[in-house]
Amino acid sequence: MRKLKYIFTLLVIPGLPALVQAQEGNKESAVGEFMRSTERSYVVIAVILTILIGLFLYLVRLEKKISRLEKDNGQ
Amino acid sequence: MRKHWWKIICVALLVYTIIAGLLIKVPNLPLLGQTSRNLFFHVGMWMSMMTLFTVSVVNAIRYLRTFNLRYDIYSRQYAVAGIVFGLLGYSTGTIWMSYTWADPNNALFQSFSALAREPKLIGTAIALLIYFAYMVLRDSIKDMDQRAKVSAVYNIFAYAMLFPAIWIIPRILPSLHPGQEGNPALNFKDVSPLMRIVEWPAFVGWTLLGVWITTLKIRFALVKERKLL
Repeated sequence: MRKLKYIFTLLVIPGLPALVQAQEGNKESAVGEFMRSTERSYVVIAVILTILIGLFLYLVRLEKKISRLEKDNGQ
Repeated sequence: MRKHWWKIICVALLVYTIIAGLLIKVPNLPLLGQTSRNLFFHVGMWMSMMTLFTVSVVNAIRYLRTFNLRYDIYSRQYAVAGIVFGLLGYSTGTIWMSYTWADPNNALFQSFSALAREPKLIGTAIALLIYFAYMVLRDSIKDMDQRAKVSAVYNIFAYAMLFPAIWIIPRILPSLHPGQEGNPALNFKDVSPLMRIVEWPAFVGWTLLGVWITTLKIRFALVKERKLL
Protein backbone atom coordinates (compact mmCIF):
# COMPACT_ATOMS: atom_id res chain seq x y z
CA MET A 1 0.00 0.00 0.00
CA ARG A 2 2.83 2.35 0.90
CA LYS A 3 4.41 1.63 -2.44
CA LEU A 4 1.17 2.42 -4.25
CA LYS A 5 0.96 5.81 -2.54
CA TYR A 6 4.56 6.48 -3.52
CA ILE A 7 3.90 5.64 -7.17
CA PHE A 8 0.69 7.66 -7.19
CA THR A 9 2.53 10.71 -5.83
CA LEU A 10 5.14 10.35 -8.56
CA LEU A 11 2.42 10.25 -11.18
CA VAL A 12 0.64 13.33 -9.84
CA ILE A 13 3.58 15.68 -9.13
CA PRO A 14 4.35 16.56 -12.78
CA GLY A 15 0.71 17.56 -13.29
CA LEU A 16 0.49 19.86 -10.27
CA PRO A 17 1.38 23.10 -12.06
CA ALA A 18 -1.51 22.52 -14.44
CA LEU A 19 -3.91 21.93 -11.54
CA VAL A 20 -2.86 25.15 -9.82
CA GLN A 21 -3.45 26.98 -13.04
CA ALA A 22 -6.91 25.49 -13.44
CA GLN A 23 -7.91 26.87 -10.03
CA GLU A 24 -6.81 30.35 -10.97
CA GLY A 25 -9.27 30.40 -13.82
CA ASN A 26 -8.47 32.41 -16.88
CA LYS A 27 -5.23 33.88 -15.59
CA GLU A 28 -2.12 32.19 -16.99
CA SER A 29 0.27 30.99 -14.26
CA ALA A 30 3.99 31.66 -14.51
CA VAL A 31 4.72 27.98 -15.05
CA GLY A 32 2.14 27.72 -17.79
CA GLU A 33 3.49 30.80 -19.48
CA PHE A 34 7.01 29.39 -19.38
CA MET A 35 5.93 26.00 -20.69
CA ARG A 36 4.01 27.55 -23.58
CA SER A 37 6.86 29.82 -24.67
CA THR A 38 9.12 28.97 -27.65
CA GLU A 39 6.37 27.01 -29.38
CA ARG A 40 5.90 24.80 -26.29
CA SER A 41 9.25 23.06 -26.81
CA TYR A 42 9.79 23.00 -23.02
CA VAL A 43 6.97 20.48 -22.80
CA VAL A 44 9.09 18.04 -24.82
CA ILE A 45 12.07 18.62 -22.55
CA ALA A 46 9.88 18.00 -19.51
CA VAL A 47 8.65 14.73 -21.01
CA ILE A 48 12.15 13.50 -21.86
CA LEU A 49 13.46 14.48 -18.42
CA THR A 50 10.59 12.64 -16.74
CA ILE A 51 11.43 9.49 -18.69
CA LEU A 52 15.13 9.85 -17.88
CA ILE A 53 14.49 10.43 -14.17
CA GLY A 54 12.08 7.49 -14.11
CA LEU A 55 14.79 5.26 -15.56
CA PHE A 56 17.31 6.55 -13.00
CA LEU A 57 14.91 5.85 -10.12
CA TYR A 58 14.47 2.34 -11.51
CA LEU A 59 18.25 1.85 -11.60
CA VAL A 60 18.57 3.08 -7.99
CA ARG A 61 15.84 0.64 -6.92
CA LEU A 62 17.60 -2.23 -8.70
CA GLU A 63 20.81 -1.20 -6.99
CA LYS A 64 19.15 -1.35 -3.56
CA LYS A 65 17.63 -4.75 -4.31
CA ILE A 66 20.96 -6.19 -5.42
CA SER A 67 22.69 -4.70 -2.34
CA ARG A 68 20.14 -6.48 -0.12
CA LEU A 69 20.66 -9.71 -2.06
CA GLU A 70 24.43 -9.39 -1.58
CA LYS A 71 23.95 -8.81 2.15
CA ASP A 72 21.69 -11.85 2.51
CA ASN A 73 24.26 -13.95 0.72
CA GLY A 74 27.02 -12.65 2.97
CA GLN A 75 29.23 -11.17 0.29
CA MET B 1 27.68 7.45 -0.53
CA ARG B 2 31.42 7.50 -1.07
CA LYS B 3 31.15 4.87 -3.78
CA HIS B 4 28.21 6.50 -5.53
CA TRP B 5 29.59 9.89 -6.52
CA TRP B 6 30.05 8.91 -10.16
CA LYS B 7 26.41 7.82 -10.43
CA ILE B 8 25.36 11.30 -9.31
CA ILE B 9 27.69 12.76 -11.93
CA CYS B 10 26.10 10.47 -14.52
CA VAL B 11 22.59 11.68 -13.64
CA ALA B 12 23.71 15.33 -13.64
CA LEU B 13 25.51 15.05 -16.98
CA LEU B 14 22.61 13.33 -18.72
CA VAL B 15 20.04 15.79 -17.38
CA TYR B 16 22.36 18.57 -18.60
CA THR B 17 22.70 16.83 -21.97
CA ILE B 18 18.93 16.69 -22.49
CA ILE B 19 18.29 20.29 -21.42
CA ALA B 20 21.28 21.92 -23.11
CA GLY B 21 21.23 19.52 -26.05
CA LEU B 22 17.71 20.59 -26.97
CA LEU B 23 18.00 24.27 -26.09
CA ILE B 24 21.35 25.47 -27.47
CA LYS B 25 21.51 27.05 -30.89
CA VAL B 26 23.05 24.70 -33.45
CA PRO B 27 24.27 25.77 -36.88
CA ASN B 28 21.46 25.17 -39.38
CA LEU B 29 23.32 23.13 -42.00
CA PRO B 30 21.79 22.08 -45.32
CA LEU B 31 20.09 18.65 -45.10
CA LEU B 32 20.96 18.26 -41.42
CA GLY B 33 18.96 21.19 -40.08
CA GLN B 34 18.31 20.76 -36.41
CA THR B 35 19.15 17.04 -36.53
CA SER B 36 22.80 17.75 -35.73
CA ARG B 37 21.63 17.69 -32.11
CA ASN B 38 21.70 13.92 -32.56
CA LEU B 39 25.45 14.23 -32.06
CA PHE B 40 24.75 14.27 -28.32
CA PHE B 41 22.58 11.17 -28.42
CA HIS B 42 23.38 8.94 -31.42
CA VAL B 43 27.17 9.39 -31.27
CA GLY B 44 27.00 9.10 -27.47
CA MET B 45 25.71 5.53 -27.87
CA TRP B 46 28.79 4.57 -29.91
CA MET B 47 31.15 6.20 -27.43
CA SER B 48 29.52 4.23 -24.66
CA MET B 49 29.65 1.02 -26.70
CA MET B 50 33.36 1.41 -27.51
CA THR B 51 34.20 1.99 -23.85
CA LEU B 52 32.18 -1.03 -22.72
CA PHE B 53 33.77 -3.30 -25.34
CA THR B 54 37.22 -2.02 -24.35
CA VAL B 55 36.58 -2.82 -20.69
CA SER B 56 35.26 -6.22 -21.79
CA VAL B 57 38.44 -7.10 -23.69
CA VAL B 58 40.63 -5.85 -20.83
CA ASN B 59 38.80 -8.22 -18.49
CA ALA B 60 39.16 -11.06 -21.02
CA ILE B 61 42.94 -10.52 -20.93
CA ARG B 62 42.86 -10.33 -17.15
CA TYR B 63 41.08 -13.68 -17.11
CA LEU B 64 43.68 -15.26 -19.37
CA ARG B 65 46.46 -13.99 -17.08
CA THR B 66 44.92 -15.13 -13.81
CA PHE B 67 42.27 -17.76 -14.69
CA ASN B 68 40.00 -16.12 -12.13
CA LEU B 69 36.40 -16.75 -13.22
CA ARG B 70 35.32 -13.43 -11.75
CA TYR B 71 36.99 -11.63 -14.69
CA ASP B 72 35.10 -13.89 -17.08
CA ILE B 73 31.82 -12.64 -15.57
CA TYR B 74 33.03 -9.02 -15.87
CA SER B 75 34.02 -9.58 -19.48
CA ARG B 76 30.68 -11.12 -20.45
CA GLN B 77 28.52 -8.49 -18.76
CA TYR B 78 30.46 -5.59 -20.27
CA ALA B 79 30.10 -7.18 -23.71
CA VAL B 80 26.32 -7.55 -23.24
CA ALA B 81 25.93 -3.92 -22.22
CA GLY B 82 28.13 -2.91 -25.18
CA ILE B 83 25.80 -4.82 -27.53
CA VAL B 84 22.76 -3.07 -26.06
CA PHE B 85 24.32 0.35 -26.63
CA GLY B 86 25.46 -0.72 -30.08
CA LEU B 87 21.90 -1.71 -31.02
CA LEU B 88 20.61 1.61 -29.68
CA GLY B 89 23.23 3.44 -31.74
CA TYR B 90 22.29 1.43 -34.83
CA SER B 91 18.56 2.05 -34.52
CA THR B 92 18.98 5.78 -33.78
CA GLY B 93 21.28 5.96 -36.80
CA THR B 94 18.57 4.36 -38.93
CA ILE B 95 16.05 7.00 -37.87
CA TRP B 96 18.51 9.82 -38.49
CA MET B 97 19.46 8.39 -41.88
CA SER B 98 15.84 8.02 -43.01
CA TYR B 99 15.32 11.77 -42.82
CA THR B 100 18.69 13.04 -44.05
CA TRP B 101 20.24 10.62 -46.55
CA ALA B 102 17.04 9.22 -47.97
CA ASP B 103 15.77 11.22 -50.93
CA PRO B 104 12.42 12.69 -49.88
CA ASN B 105 11.21 12.58 -53.49
CA ASN B 106 11.46 8.80 -53.59
CA ALA B 107 9.70 6.32 -51.39
CA LEU B 108 11.97 4.99 -48.66
CA PHE B 109 12.13 1.54 -50.23
CA GLN B 110 13.47 3.12 -53.44
CA SER B 111 16.24 4.89 -51.57
CA PHE B 112 16.94 1.63 -49.78
CA SER B 113 19.10 0.21 -52.58
CA ALA B 114 21.42 3.20 -52.24
CA LEU B 115 21.36 3.25 -48.44
CA ALA B 116 21.92 -0.48 -48.00
CA ARG B 117 25.26 -0.07 -49.77
CA GLU B 118 26.44 2.29 -47.07
CA PRO B 119 29.68 0.75 -45.76
CA LYS B 120 29.22 2.17 -42.27
CA LEU B 121 25.94 0.29 -41.90
CA ILE B 122 27.39 -2.96 -43.19
CA GLY B 123 30.55 -2.64 -41.11
CA THR B 124 28.63 -1.94 -37.94
CA ALA B 125 26.28 -4.84 -38.62
CA ILE B 126 29.30 -7.13 -39.05
CA ALA B 127 30.86 -5.89 -35.80
CA LEU B 128 27.64 -6.41 -33.86
CA LEU B 129 27.11 -9.85 -35.40
CA ILE B 130 30.62 -10.85 -34.30
CA TYR B 131 29.63 -9.94 -30.75
CA PHE B 132 26.34 -11.87 -31.11
CA ALA B 133 28.48 -14.85 -32.10
CA TYR B 134 30.48 -14.30 -28.91
CA MET B 135 27.30 -14.82 -26.89
CA VAL B 136 26.27 -17.89 -28.90
CA LEU B 137 29.76 -19.36 -28.57
CA ARG B 138 29.86 -18.80 -24.82
CA ASP B 139 26.49 -20.28 -24.09
CA SER B 140 27.12 -23.35 -26.24
CA ILE B 141 30.01 -24.56 -24.06
CA LYS B 142 28.97 -26.36 -20.89
CA ASP B 143 32.31 -26.63 -19.09
CA MET B 144 32.91 -23.41 -17.16
CA ASP B 145 36.69 -23.14 -17.46
CA GLN B 146 36.70 -24.09 -21.10
CA ARG B 147 33.89 -21.60 -21.80
CA ALA B 148 35.79 -18.84 -20.06
CA LYS B 149 39.02 -19.58 -21.93
CA VAL B 150 37.49 -19.93 -25.39
CA SER B 151 35.31 -16.85 -25.01
CA ALA B 152 38.16 -14.75 -23.63
CA VAL B 153 40.28 -15.55 -26.68
CA TYR B 154 37.32 -14.96 -28.99
CA ASN B 155 36.64 -11.64 -27.26
CA ILE B 156 40.13 -10.44 -28.19
CA PHE B 157 39.52 -11.38 -31.84
CA ALA B 158 36.11 -9.69 -31.80
CA TYR B 159 37.63 -6.52 -30.39
CA ALA B 160 40.36 -6.58 -33.04
CA MET B 161 37.69 -6.91 -35.75
CA LEU B 162 35.76 -3.96 -34.33
CA PHE B 163 38.35 -1.47 -35.59
CA PRO B 164 38.48 -2.42 -39.28
CA ALA B 165 34.72 -3.03 -39.37
CA ILE B 166 33.60 0.21 -37.75
CA TRP B 167 36.44 2.67 -38.03
CA ILE B 168 38.69 1.81 -40.98
CA ILE B 169 36.82 0.17 -43.88
CA PRO B 170 33.81 2.56 -43.92
CA ARG B 171 36.26 5.43 -44.19
CA ILE B 172 38.19 3.94 -47.10
CA LEU B 173 35.08 3.22 -49.19
CA PRO B 174 32.83 5.97 -50.54
CA SER B 175 30.32 6.64 -47.80
CA LEU B 176 27.58 9.09 -46.89
CA HIS B 177 28.38 8.83 -43.22
CA PRO B 178 30.55 11.68 -41.85
CA GLY B 179 34.13 10.65 -41.17
CA GLN B 180 35.53 10.33 -44.66
CA GLU B 181 38.04 13.08 -44.09
CA GLY B 182 38.96 12.40 -40.49
CA ASN B 183 37.13 12.29 -37.22
CA PRO B 184 34.45 14.98 -37.49
CA ALA B 185 32.76 14.48 -34.12
CA LEU B 186 36.04 14.56 -32.22
CA ASN B 187 37.81 17.12 -34.36
CA PHE B 188 37.89 20.47 -32.62
CA LYS B 189 37.70 22.39 -35.89
CA ASP B 190 34.52 20.75 -37.17
CA VAL B 191 32.16 20.92 -34.20
CA SER B 192 30.83 24.36 -33.34
CA PRO B 193 32.18 25.60 -29.97
CA LEU B 194 28.72 25.74 -28.41
CA MET B 195 28.02 22.14 -29.39
CA ARG B 196 31.32 20.99 -27.98
CA ILE B 197 30.38 22.02 -24.45
CA VAL B 198 27.41 19.68 -24.65
CA GLU B 199 29.10 16.96 -26.69
CA TRP B 200 31.81 15.92 -24.26
CA PRO B 201 29.66 15.88 -21.10
CA ALA B 202 27.12 13.86 -23.12
CA PHE B 203 29.73 11.27 -24.09
CA VAL B 204 30.91 10.93 -20.48
CA GLY B 205 27.33 10.76 -19.21
CA TRP B 206 26.24 7.99 -21.59
CA THR B 207 29.41 6.02 -20.87
CA LEU B 208 28.85 6.28 -17.12
CA LEU B 209 25.24 5.12 -17.62
CA GLY B 210 26.53 2.05 -19.46
CA VAL B 211 29.03 1.31 -16.71
CA TRP B 212 26.34 1.77 -14.05
CA ILE B 213 24.01 -0.74 -15.71
CA THR B 214 26.89 -3.19 -16.16
CA THR B 215 27.99 -3.00 -12.52
CA LEU B 216 24.44 -3.93 -11.50
CA LYS B 217 24.48 -6.87 -13.91
CA ILE B 218 27.88 -7.98 -12.63
CA ARG B 219 26.81 -7.84 -9.00
CA PHE B 220 23.69 -9.83 -9.81
CA ALA B 221 25.72 -12.43 -11.72
CA LEU B 222 28.22 -12.71 -8.84
CA VAL B 223 25.41 -13.36 -6.37
CA LYS B 224 23.90 -15.94 -8.70
CA GLU B 225 27.16 -17.78 -9.30
CA ARG B 226 28.47 -17.49 -5.76
CA LYS B 227 28.37 -21.24 -5.28
CA LEU B 228 30.65 -21.76 -8.25
CA LEU B 229 33.31 -19.19 -7.46
